[in-house]
Amino acid sequence: MSTTTGYIGKPVKRVEDKRFTTGKGNYTDDIILPGMTHGAFVRSPYANAKIKRIDTTRAKSMPGVVAIFTGADVAALNGVPCGWQVNFKNGATMKEPKHPLLVADRTKHVGDPVAFIVADTREQAVDALEAVIVDYEKLPNVVNASEAVKSGAPLVHDDVPNNICFDWELGNPKAEVDEAMSKAAHVTKLDFVNQRLAPNAIEPRSYIGSYDSTSGRYTLYTSTQNPHLIRLLMCAFVLGLPEHKVRVVGPDVGGGFGSKIYHYTEEALVTWCSQKIGRPIKWTSERAESFLLDAHGRDHITKAEMGFDKEGKILALRVKTIANLGAYLSTFSTCVPTYLHGTLLQGLYTTPKINVDVTGVFTHTTVVDAYRGAGRPEATYLLERLIDLGALEMGVDPAELRFKNFIPPFDGVKQPGYQTQVALQYDSGNYEGVLKKGLEIFGYKDFRKQQKEAAKNGKLLGVGFSTYIEACGIAPSAVVGSLGARAGLYEVGEVRVQPTGKVSVFTGSHSHGQGHETTFAQVVADKLGIAMEDVEIVHGDSDSIAFGMGTYGSRSIAVGGSAIMKSIDKIIDKGKKIAAHKLEASSEDIEFAGGKFTIKGTDKSMGFGEVALNAYVPHVYPKDLEPGLDFVSFYDPANFTYPFGCHIAMVEVDKETGKVDLKRFVAVDDVGTVINPMIVEGQIHGGVAQGVGQALFEGVEFDEDGQVSNGSYMDYCMPRADNMPMFETASQVTPCPHNPLGVKGAGEAGCIGATPAVVNAVIDALWSGGKKVKDIRMPLTPERVWNALQG
Amino acid sequence: MNMKIKIKVNGVDYSHEVEPRLLLVHYLRDTLRLTGTHIGCDTSGCGACTIHVNGKAVKSCTLLAVQADGSNITTIEGLAKNGTLHPLQEGFHQEHGLQCGFCTPGMIMTAADLLSTNPKPTEEEIRIALEGNLCRCTGYHNIVKSIQYAAKKM
Repeated sequence: MSTTTGYIGKPVKRVEDKRFTTGKGNYTDDIILPGMTHGAFVRSPYANAKIKRIDTTRAKSMPGVVAIFTGADVAALNGVPCGWQVNFKNGATMKEPKHPLLVADRTKHVGDPVAFIVADTREQAVDALEAVIVDYEKLPNVVNASEAVKSGAPLVHDDVPNNICFDWELGNPKAEVDEAMSKAAHVTKLDFVNQRLAPNAIEPRSYIGSYDSTSGRYTLYTSTQNPHLIRLLMCAFVLGLPEHKVRVVGPDVGGGFGSKIYHYTEEALVTWCSQKIGRPIKWTSERAESFLLDAHGRDHITKAEMGFDKEGKILALRVKTIANLGAYLSTFSTCVPTYLHGTLLQGLYTTPKINVDVTGVFTHTTVVDAYRGAGRPEATYLLERLIDLGALEMGVDPAELRFKNFIPPFDGVKQPGYQTQVALQYDSGNYEGVLKKGLEIFGYKDFRKQQKEAAKNGKLLGVGFSTYIEACGIAPSAVVGSLGARAGLYEVGEVRVQPTGKVSVFTGSHSHGQGHETTFAQVVADKLGIAMEDVEIVHGDSDSIAFGMGTYGSRSIAVGGSAIMKSIDKIIDKGKKIAAHKLEASSEDIEFAGGKFTIKGTDKSMGFGEVALNAYVPHVYPKDLEPGLDFVSFYDPANFTYPFGCHIAMVEVDKETGKVDLKRFVAVDDVGTVINPMIVEGQIHGGVAQGVGQALFEGVEFDEDGQVSNGSYMDYCMPRADNMPMFETASQVTPCPHNPLGVKGAGEAGCIGATPAVVNAVIDALWSGGKKVKDIRMPLTPERVWNALQG
Repeated sequence: MNMKIKIKVNGVDYSHEVEPRLLLVHYLRDTLRLTGTHIGCDTSGCGACTIHVNGKAVKSCTLLAVQADGSNITTIEGLAKNGTLHPLQEGFHQEHGLQCGFCTPGMIMTAADLLSTNPKPTEEEIRIALEGNLCRCTGYHNIVKSIQYAAKKM
C-alpha cells in the first residue's frame, strides 16, 4: 500500500521516467501519420538580399516532390505576430514590421525561408532543395546593435528609421539619479556585452500539420511549451482559421528553455500547406537550422554605473542598454529587455534611485527572445558584477557590502511587500538569510586565507557571489496588460473526479522536462488524501484541455498549480454537501481530512471515493445540487512571485593557459514552498549549468556578413559533463504570501544566479594575483582570460 | 540502387532493401520504428542517437545502414531484459538523471558501454566518458549519480 497523504515536500520519484528510460517517449518527430509528407526549406544564404527571381520548375519535376510554396503563395497571409507592445518614450507605438511565413522580396537574416518544398520522403525534399534556383542580389547588412543605430547603417526594414524598434525608460527621473550619483563617494562603472546565446534544447523543433477534409479540422503536432497560445496566434493572427476547428498538440517535448514558447513561421506553414495538398506534412529542424532560426537569447550592450556613499551604501544605479532584437519581432521579444529586465534592477538592495534606458534595435540576425531567465539574467548580471567589482575597487568584502545594502526581511503578511523603484512590488523575502547560509556552506572565512596562500604560490583562486532575485509566475493579467502584453497570463486547471474516485487533472501548463506529471499529482493526491497512482495529469492537447497559457517564466506550479488548487477547493466544498446530505448533517459540520469527509467531533464519515460515487449515482442526493464532481478553474495571480537566492562560485585560473577551472558551486535558493525537492534541485542544477555555460563557454558569433560562424555542435561550445563540478545546493523557504501553495517557481533560478557568480570569481582570482581587471568579455575563454592576464 | 542488408536488432533478425545513403539512425527510427533513438544534431555532436553495434557504443548518425549489414545492434528499447529494467534505467529513475528525456537513451547507452569496460569508474572517468553526449536539462550532476548508482548495483 502506498502512502495516501503527505506527498507535498517529498522527493517523490518521477512517474514519467519509465517511458523515457525505455525509449517509449513520444516526441513530435516520432509520430508518423498516414500519407504523411516531409517538408524542407530553401533558406537565404545572405543576411540582406533582394530576391530577383525564384525558379522552381526543375525542382517541381524531381522524384517525390508534391508541392513547392514560395513567398508569392503566402503573400495574402499575415506574418507571425508579436505578443507584447512596448511604446517609445514619446508614446509612439513600437515599430512592428511584418514577419512573413516565406520571404518574397528581401531576406533579412541568414536562414530566412524563401521556399518550402514538400515531398514524399525527407530525402526527396532535401534533394529538390538543390534544384530550386534563387537569384539573389546581396545587399549591405548590419549585425551589431550599436552599429545598427548609427546614421547610414543598412536598414533591416525600410520603414524603420535607424533600425530602432522602440526606446524605453523606467525608474526615477534621470535628473534625480544623476543628482544622487553626483553625491557618491565611489562610482563603479562597467561597459559590457551580455552575449547572444543559442538555447539549444536537445530536441530540435518539429511540426506535423494535417487537415481532415470531412470535418474541416486541422491538427498541428508541435514541439511547443504552450499549445493553446500557438493555436490562438496561428488561427486568429496568421491564418484566419476558426479556432474550434484546430487542434494543437504538444506531445513529449525535449526541452524548451524559452525557445519553444514562440509561434514560429514553420508551424503555420505546415498547417496551412497540409490543407492545400490534402496530406499531412512533417518538418523537423536540423541543428544547423536551429542555430539560425530558434530565437536566441540575451545580446545586450550595456553601460552601467553604481554609486556608493563612503560607508558603501548604494546611492544610485544608472543603466543604458542597447538590445538586439534580431531581424523581426519574435512573440515576446519586446518585453524581455524592458519589462523583464528593467523591472529587476532593484535587485535585493535598497538602492533609492534607479534609472534604466533601453533601446530595442533590429539587425540582420536571428530573432532574439526569452531564453531561460529572459531579461532577469541580464539584470542580475549587471547588478551582481557591479557589486562585486565595487567591493574590489573600494577594498571591502563583497559579502559585507551586500549585507549593508540588503532589503531587510519581510514576509508579505505581517510586513508589507517591498515597493521597488522600478514598478514591481516584491512579495516576501529574507535576502540576508540565503547569503548567510551560502557563506557557511562555502566556508568563506577559510577561503580568503586559502586564496592568499595560493597567490603566494603563484596560483589564482577566486570566489564570486551572486545574490539574485527574479520575477516569476507571470503574472496578473491586468498588470501585464497595462504594460503592453497582448495576452492574459492566467492558467487553467480542471480536476475531474471519476465515479470510482480516480482523478484526472487537465492543466494548461506544459511539461517539457519539468516533471508536472509527478509534481502536480503530488499536490492533488496530498490535498485530496488519495494515492498518487490514482491521479493522472493530462497536458499538451488543446482538444482535451480548456484554454491555458502554457509554461514559461517559471510559472507552472505558481500559476498552473494554483488553478488546480482552486478546483480542488471546489471539489472539497461540493463533497462536503454530498457527504452532509448522506450523513444527515449540515455541510458546515463536515470536515475534510486524510481523504475522509467526517462530521466534526464524531466518527461518522464518508471516504472520498464514496462521495465521488454518490456524485455520479445521485440517488440519495441534495435536491439543489448538480450531479458530478468536476471543476474547471482559472487562476489569475495577484502578483508575480519573487524567488531569490545566493550563488557562490570558486574558480582556479591557470596563469599559463588562461583556462578557468570551476572548482565549486554553492547554490542556496529560496523558491518558496517546495513540492518536490528532488525536482527543484534538478531544475537548479540544469539552470546553473546553463549559467556557467554563458560565463565560460557559449556565445553565438556572427561574422560581418551575418553568417553564424559557430552554428553547430562542432563549433558552439555547449557545457559538457567534464566542465561541471558536483553542485552544492541548499534551500531556504520563504513562502509566497499570495498563492494557495506558497510556491514561487524554480525553473530559471539557476540560470539567473550562476553567470555573474562565475565571472566575478574569475575577476576576483585575477585581482588576487594583482591583475586589476574590470571585465573580460563572456564567454571567458582561455584566450580571453590569458590576454587579460598579460594586460 | 537499393542494397540488401541483414541486421539483428534487439535480438530480432531483419532484412531490408535500403538506399545506400540511408543513415543507420533513420533506418532504426523510420524503417524499424524504434524511435527511442533520437536525433539532436547533424554533426555527431550530441550523442542522442547512441546505440550499441556489436556491444560498443556508436553514434548511429555516423553510420550508414549498409555499413551495419551483418551486425548485432542494441537500442534503448532492447536494454531491459524480460521486463526487468537495466540497472542504468533504474539508476536514472532513482537519481533523477533525466528531465525532458530526449538525451536519456543516448546517455544510457554510452554509460552502459562505459560500465561494461570499466565497472567501477571514478566520477572523473564518468564525466570524461560522457563528453560526446550533451544534456541541456540536468547539468550532468544527477546523470553522474545515476551512473554511480548503476555501477554499485551491477
